[in-house]
Amino acid sequence: MNLFRNVVFIAAIAGLVAGVVLACMQAYATVPLILKAEVFEQAEGGHNHAAAPAAPADAAGGNAMNSAAPAATTAPAEEEEGWAPADGFERFAFSVAANIVTGIGFALVLVAVSEFAGGIGSWRQGVFWGLAGFAVFTLAPGLGLPPELPAMPAADLMQRQIWWVATVIATAIGLALIAFRTSALLTILAVVLIVAPHIVGAPQPENFESPIPEGLHHQFVVAVTLTNLVFWLVLGAVVGVVRGRFTGTATSLRDSFA
Amino acid sequence: MNTASVSLGASVSSQSRFMQLVLTAFLGMFVVGVVGFSHIDAVHNAAHDYRHSMAFPCH
Repeated sequence: MNLFRNVVFIAAIAGLVAGVVLACMQAYATVPLILKAEVFEQAEGGHNHAAAPAAPADAAGGNAMNSAAPAATTAPAEEEEGWAPADGFERFAFSVAANIVTGIGFALVLVAVSEFAGGIGSWRQGVFWGLAGFAVFTLAPGLGLPPELPAMPAADLMQRQIWWVATVIATAIGLALIAFRTSALLTILAVVLIVAPHIVGAPQPENFESPIPEGLHHQFVVAVTLTNLVFWLVLGAVVGVVRGRFTGTATSLRDSFA
Repeated sequence: MNTASVSLGASVSSQSRFMQLVLTAFLGMFVVGVVGFSHIDAVHNAAHDYRHSMAFPCH
């Protein structure tokens, strides 16, 4: 299990670095917008998604955060509430932990897949692999299911998750076919694979009425997309650097990424 | 696959190499799946801001 150990080691370092970077960016760029949205959510009386019965999370966050509405904490919705981190430091700490853990998760996938293609030999190749990761995990699913703020209308959670996963898989296979196969037929198949999920269409909510102002949501979409872009670029680049040190052949491993 | 390039753990057989890489990829997807997609309330609440910030489908 030598290879396994090496991959996990590289992924752990890269995921840690990229996760910390992402957590810092989120603290300034996205989390303030989420907190703002929760104020709107509170103002309209907590959750009202018909399609999402098990959605008590941000009701708690909003309640605790919005000290002007302490009465709301006794709302009936509170009964099905699971444990949630307290607002402030605890909530921030869990976000950081989630960033690092999933950063390592994404890094494991990135390193494993790239090893099949010869491995990420330098930070520059890593940047290209990072772009691919960004396209697969953020751009493609984000077209059909844009980043959403709390209290925004959305379709059934399970259906959205299935569409999200299917889109990620189809886009990943499509990009791999374009990058690593030379036949025109396979390239056409790749384009079909990438486009298909969007022709099927992402699950949409029954009505689009939202208490969240359009401007706030747009700001959030931009913030999420850009923070994810930086995350993937950092992740790929760090994998390239660490792997280069590991194998001792930092630059001459492969000349091109494809 | 690993004839021309220096690869991690190049000494292992190609079948073992394949299995280890697949295993690693699945481990990664499992980790992301639990943190980002689990329906367990406590997990959802703990990673709530993260899920929104990553544009994962959330409640």
